[in-house]
Amino acid sequence: MAFLRDFLSRPATVAGLAVFFLIVAIALGAPLLFARGPFSIVGMPLLPPGAPGLLAGSDVLGRDMVVGLAYGARISLLVGITSTFCAVGIGVLFGAIAGYYGGLVDDLLMRVTEFFQIIPSFVLLMVLVAFLQPSLGSTVIGIALVTWPQVARVVRGEFLSLRTREFVQAARVLGMRDGAIIFTQILPNALPPIVVISSLMVGNAILTESALAFLGLGDPNLQSWGSMIGDSRSAMWVAWWTTVLPGACIMVTVLALNFIGDGLNDALNPRRRR
Amino acid sequence: MPPPMPLVSIQNLTVSLPPGADRPLATEAVSLQIGRKDIVCIVGESGSGKSVTAHAIMGLLPRGVRPADGSILFDGVDLLKQPPEAMRRRRGRDIAMIFQDPMAALNPVVSIGRQVAEQIRAHRPVSESEALKQTTSLLREMGLKDVALGAYPHQLSGGQRQRVMIAMAISLSPKLLIADEPTTALDVTTQAQILKLIKRLQAEREMSVLLITHDFGVVADMADAVAVMRHGRIVESGATRQVLGNPSHAYTRDLIAAVPRGESRLPPVPDPQPVMQVMGLTKRFQRGGLFSRTPAATALDGISLTLNRGETLGVVGESGSGKSTLARCMIRLLDPDAGEVRLEGADIAHMPSARLRPLRRRIQMVFQDPFSSLNPRQTVGDILIAGPRAHGEAVAAAKTRAADMLQLVGLSPQCLDRLPHEFSGGQRQRIGLARALMLEPEVLIADEPVSALDVTVQAQVLKLLDDVRRQMNLAMLFITHDMRVAAEICHRVMVMRHGRIVEQGPTRDVFAQPSSDYTRALLAAIPGRQAR
Repeated sequence: MAFLRDFLSRPATVAGLAVFFLIVAIALGAPLLFARGPFSIVGMPLLPPGAPGLLAGSDVLGRDMVVGLAYGARISLLVGITSTFCAVGIGVLFGAIAGYYGGLVDDLLMRVTEFFQIIPSFVLLMVLVAFLQPSLGSTVIGIALVTWPQVARVVRGEFLSLRTREFVQAARVLGMRDGAIIFTQILPNALPPIVVISSLMVGNAILTESALAFLGLGDPNLQSWGSMIGDSRSAMWVAWWTTVLPGACIMVTVLALNFIGDGLNDALNPRRRR
Repeated sequence: MPPPMPLVSIQNLTVSLPPGADRPLATEAVSLQIGRKDIVCIVGESGSGKSVTAHAIMGLLPRGVRPADGSILFDGVDLLKQPPEAMRRRRGRDIAMIFQDPMAALNPVVSIGRQVAEQIRAHRPVSESEALKQTTSLLREMGLKDVALGAYPHQLSGGQRQRVMIAMAISLSPKLLIADEPTTALDVTTQAQILKLIKRLQAEREMSVLLITHDFGVVADMADAVAVMRHGRIVESGATRQVLGNPSHAYTRDLIAAVPRGESRLPPVPDPQPVMQVMGLTKRFQRGGLFSRTPAATALDGISLTLNRGETLGVVGESGSGKSTLARCMIRLLDPDAGEVRLEGADIAHMPSARLRPLRRRIQMVFQDPFSSLNPRQTVGDILIAGPRAHGEAVAAAKTRAADMLQLVGLSPQCLDRLPHEFSGGQRQRIGLARALMLEPEVLIADEPVSALDVTVQAQVLKLLDDVRRQMNLAMLFITHDMRVAAEICHRVMVMRHGRIVEQGPTRDVFAQPSSDYTRALLAAIPGRQAR
C-alpha cells in the first residue's frame, strides 16, 4: 500500500486519473444517456455551442456534437486499450524469449523486430488497414502490429539484465523449467517498465486511431474523435467547435494518460521514490 | 610547551538523517582527533556511521543528511561553518579523498592523464602541458610507469585504477587524505601493495591519513590510532597497540574475536568417500562478435578435483583466477568445453538439460550477493518451496518442511510470509542456504557466501555452514578470495591462478608449508599478519 500512497501523492497523477475515469464513465454511459446514437440529425447544421438543446453545437450535418463526443470516447478508449493489450502481449512474448535465451534466438527475434521498426510505421499501418478493409478490428490489429516492437525492446532489455541476477541462476540450479523461470521469476520483476510504457502507449494508440479516422481509414459505421475532425475539416473556418472540441478531447485524454504514466514511472521506480 | 594542535579535531559531531531513515542520527556526539602525520583508522561494520563521519569532513554529505551539532576544526577552522565555495576550494587542495570503487569514481570516457591534470588545473593556474608533465611524474611515483596518460579507466586493473585515484588525490599535496575502504574491492595481494603505497606517501609527503575500514588486519598494519564505531557512536578509541592489545569495550573484543585467525582448525577427513569428481574441466570464453579474431580466453584449463562426503574443499584465488567459472561449470550454469563432471557415476558436464533437471537437486549452490540472490517479489515461503515444487513435491508438504528448514538455519518460521527486503544481509544468506538445503542435496557449492557480510555476521554464517555440513554430511565446495576464511572452514584447499590449480592439499599443510611462490605471496599479503 506504500505504492498506492506514493502513486497518489502527485497532484498531476491524481488529476490524470480523475480525468481518465470521467472519460471512461462517459464512454460507458453514452448509450444510456444518448439512446438515439451519434448519427441522428437533430437540427440545423453548424449551430454554435449553446444553441437551444445543443450544449456543444451541431456539426456539418446537423448532428449533436455532445453525442458524437461521448460515442467517440468509446471508440478511442476501446482502440487505445485493446491495441495496447495486444501489442504488450506480443512484445512481452518476443522480448522475454529473446532476452532470456540470448544468442541465436535473440538475434533472430530482434531481426524480426527491426523489420517492423525500419518501416515508417504510419505508412505500414495505413497499408495494413486499407488491405484488411477499414474496421474497428483492423485498426486494433494494425496499431498492435506497429507498436509491439517498442515493448519487445524494453522487455528484452529488462530480461537481459535480470537473467544474470543470482536469483535467476538459483532458480536454474533448483531445476525449475525455463517457462516457470520466465513467468514466475523474471517477469514480475520486469513489470514496472512494462506498466509504464503501456500507459503511454494507450495515449499513442488513441492519437494513431484519430489520425487514421481523420484520413478516412476508420470504421465508416462508427463515430470517433478522429473521424469527427476529418468530417468537419471543410467547416473549420466557419464553425471552430466542430474540430476544436474533438481535438481537445483527444488532447485531454492523452494528457491524462501521460500524467498517469509519469506517476506510475515515479512510483514504480525505487530510485526516484521520495 | 602545550601539546601540538591536531590537524583535525572533530568535537561532538552529530549528523542527522532525513525523516523515514532507520534511525534519526547517523552519528551521535562523535569526537575524534587526527594528529599531524598520523594514520587514524575508523573501524566499524556497515551502518556504523564511519563513512558519514568521513564525508562530513569533506563537506560532501548526501542530500538530507545534515550536521546538527558539533564542530570539525581543520587547522583551527570550523569546516561546518565554511560556505560551500570555500569548501570546494579546500577539497582536493587541503583534504582529498579516495573511494572504495575506483571504477565508479573515475570518469569512464576521459583518459586518466586528463582526469589527473584537470584536478591540478582546477586549483592551480598552470598550463595544460605543465599539468600533464606533473601528472606523468605523479603516475610514476604511484608505480604506474607502464600506463600511458591516454589510457582509459576500463583498460586498467582495479589496483591500477586505485593508484590513479591516489595520484589524483595527492596531486595538490593535501594535508589530509581520507581513504574510504580503499582496498575492499581489491585482491589481497593488490590490497597489500596499495596499503604500502598509502603508507609510503604518507611518510614522504607528511600527510595525515584517515582510513575507513572494516578490517582489523588493515588497522594493525596501518594505524597509529584507531576509533571503533557502532550505531553512530565511537565505542572505543586510542592508540592502535592499546586498542588491539587490550580492548576495553565488549564490542571491540567481539569484533576482534570475529576476525578469522587464518589458522587451520579442521583436520583432513579420515575416510574419504568421493561424491563428485571433476576431470580435466576446461572452459573458454569467446570474446568479441562473429567476425572478431580475438582468441578465446581460457578461464579453466584442465581442472581436476574430488569432493568427498562430509568434507569442505576450499577454492582460493584472486579475481580472474577462474574459481567462480569452476563453480558455475560444475553446477551447469555454464557449459564446459571439455572434461567431465561425475556425480556418482553420471557425467553431467555434457548432459542435455532435460535429463539433467532431475539430477539438479543433488547439487545445490549458495550465492555471493545477499541482495540479488533472492527474488525481491517473492515471499520467503515461495522462495523456499520453489525447488521442491519444481521436483514435484506437494505445496503443503513443502511448506511444512520450509518452516523446519528456517529453524535449522536460525530463523523463525514466522519469516515465511515476509519479503526479502525485510531482512539483513546475514539473514538473507541464511534464507539462500535454506533454499539450497530444501532439496536435500549431497553437494553444496558456496560461491563467496560471506564476502559481502560484516565480520561478526560472517563468523556466524561460517559457523552455520560448518554445522549444516556436519549435520547433513554434505560435500562442500567453498569458494573464497580470503585465505583467512578458507582456513576457518576448509578441510582441504586448492589455490587457483589463471584457470589452473597452483597447489592443493590439506589446509594445515598448505598454510604451514606452502609449496608454491604464489601461495606464499597470498599468505604474506593477509593484512594484520605481522601484528600477530
